[in-house]
Amino acid sequence: MIRIVRKEDTVGLRAWAVRAGAILAALAASVLLVLLMGYDPIRTFGAMLQGAFGTEYGRINTIIMAVALAMTALAVSVAFSMKFWNIGAEGQILMGAFAATAAARVLPEGTPPVLLVLACLLAGLAGGAAWALVPGLFRIYLGTNETLFTLMMNYIAIKFVVLLRCLAWKDPAANGFPVIAEIPAGAFLPPVLGVHAGWILAVLLAVATYYFLRSTKLGYEIRVVGESERTARYAGMDVRRVVVTGVLVSGAMAGLTGAVKLMGVAHTLSETVAGGDGFTAIIIAWLANLSAPGIVVASVLFAALKQGTLAMEIVGSPPSLSDVIKGLILMAALSTEFFLRYRIAVERRDAHATAVHPPAGPGQAEGGPSAEAGAPAEEGG
Amino acid sequence: METGFAVMAALFLASAVRISVPLLVGTLGETVTERAGHLNLGVEGMMMLGASAGFLVAVRTDSVLLALLAAILGSGAGALLYAVLTVTFRANQVVTGLALTIFGTGVANTLGKTVVGENPPPAVQAFFALKPLHADLSGIRDVPVLGPVAGFVDAAFLQHNVYVYGAVALALLLAWFLRRTRAGLHLRAIGENPAAADASGIRVIAGKYAAILAGGMMCGLAGLYMPLVHIQTWTDNITGGRGWIVVALVIFVRWDPLKATLGALLFGALAIVGFLLQAYPQLSGSILFSQYVIDMYPYLMTLLALVLANAGRKKGWQGPGALSVPYFREER
Repeated sequence: MIRIVRKEDTVGLRAWAVRAGAILAALAASVLLVLLMGYDPIRTFGAMLQGAFGTEYGRINTIIMAVALAMTALAVSVAFSMKFWNIGAEGQILMGAFAATAAARVLPEGTPPVLLVLACLLAGLAGGAAWALVPGLFRIYLGTNETLFTLMMNYIAIKFVVLLRCLAWKDPAANGFPVIAEIPAGAFLPPVLGVHAGWILAVLLAVATYYFLRSTKLGYEIRVVGESERTARYAGMDVRRVVVTGVLVSGAMAGLTGAVKLMGVAHTLSETVAGGDGFTAIIIAWLANLSAPGIVVASVLFAALKQGTLAMEIVGSPPSLSDVIKGLILMAALSTEFFLRYRIAVERRDAHATAVHPPAGPGQAEGGPSAEAGAPAEEGG
Repeated sequence: METGFAVMAALFLASAVRISVPLLVGTLGETVTERAGHLNLGVEGMMMLGASAGFLVAVRTDSVLLALLAAILGSGAGALLYAVLTVTFRANQVVTGLALTIFGTGVANTLGKTVVGENPPPAVQAFFALKPLHADLSGIRDVPVLGPVAGFVDAAFLQHNVYVYGAVALALLLAWFLRRTRAGLHLRAIGENPAAADASGIRVIAGKYAAILAGGMMCGLAGLYMPLVHIQTWTDNITGGRGWIVVALVIFVRWDPLKATLGALLFGALAIVGFLLQAYPQLSGSILFSQYVIDMYPYLMTLLALVLANAGRKKGWQGPGALSVPYFREER
């Protein structure tokens, strides 16, 4: 009989080695898949690497994509650390971009670029935070499921931006095309070392998030709430305040990402500004086990995948392949978490197992829910 | 004027019915999955898998039956991945579902590259051109009241293809299954309180696998409707986010297959009502009746339903009790 037994968690370097192994296994599976679909894997993956890192253009684009993914994943990781399932980053990015656009439109023409950029970034923070606050408040006061609430808020944000683009903010100078006018050039993020200055923000944010969750009082409270709301309450923490603050921080970071994407890359607001990053970021945050350094590494990996597959089109492989590989990597990583926490015990039916009073050791007692329920306590203890 | 309006309303309803089919079938699938306590956000991915596999086989074989079978197998494979990861490997349901959506969409768009722009072959087209319930009304057309009413009902609801009525039949069947059969009761028990179900001898793991697979297969059939019947060709991302509307609809109709038929029709109608309202300048002048604003209503209504479910003094049923809560026998 085969059953699943809880074991002591594999942690530290060994755990990361197992995770890296899973990613390699997923890449191997991708090679097989590429072969099955009739493409040359060496040419395909060669083109991919070349496309992501081989040219300056490729490197710059990989970094630009990684910046947005990392910032969003860091945002999500704050909420996830307190088990608030914020899957609304996509909408929070859009509302951040919307608020930044609004700030750029409201401020008078002669505003100095420094002020303009700062105002737009702050507006982005506020836009994302406000959008995240709504599900946060409903969760703490009414107990509304935040997973579904934040998910719905994404689509309201998308439809809202479409409405702006096609109706309210439609650029009259665009010959009838439903687009919003570009933000003024003074609000563009200036390039630093070839990439828009957002990468500096991303690096700062990664360091700050790492420090925030590990070494600040609020970060500690967030992690305790994530472990167990009851524990937090017994310890005298104001759970509602912690959740609201955490949600605001998470939303603000996603909103800042939206402002950066708008001011550094898109320059005009549309529903494609977020471009699915809000969802990919959830996967990245999870893959990185919510650790800030891990998020940076995983973001570069996923950005390289995306940028690389654009180049793969040239050798004839379909660009959707990056989604396939991404999915495979994630599924491999998801199953890894299982093997880090459990082991599969194979038991032989023998004389001991059928005895009236089975020995207490785990892995020898046969069947029966009570026996199985007892096993992990001994194993884990 | 009166008859003109009636004709327009009937045509509008008929369009709403046609648009609602993938929403309804997908909602039924996700309802079964969620009733077993699993929130599968991979609906969009499974719809894409079913759509691509089914359409590919339809183009190659010109067989409706094989196309349906391929859609079921394709989306079933995606659902199986999800089931292995969330039930056996105990992975997070939300993340696994998102991964399935990305993976399924990627696989489907890759597979679909070979059939971009192709149309369903003749036998398939002929099959879905059939209107099995369309009535010959020439005999009663001039009867007062009855004639126009019958004409209206016929134009709005009886001139559809087999897919439409199959979807409604599936809804009725599921409602009966959940309410009146022992297996349906077991399924609901698993979703409400798996530990109690386990203790009373219900096979929880097997039940979860069965529900997730069946739900995923229905999502595949929902997806197949898009290239095979609705758009009648293949384009990238052909399901166009309908999988996410399905996730909303399941909440909006409160995990009830019967309400799902009406909910899907309502969401379908909302998707096109703005174009109808353009004929009424006194309404379409207001931004609230612009299609762009109306497009937000399904999600706002879902939020309202979500909030109302647990607001007020008397807490109503808020969906399957153990939804997205993992169950491990050893850790209860």
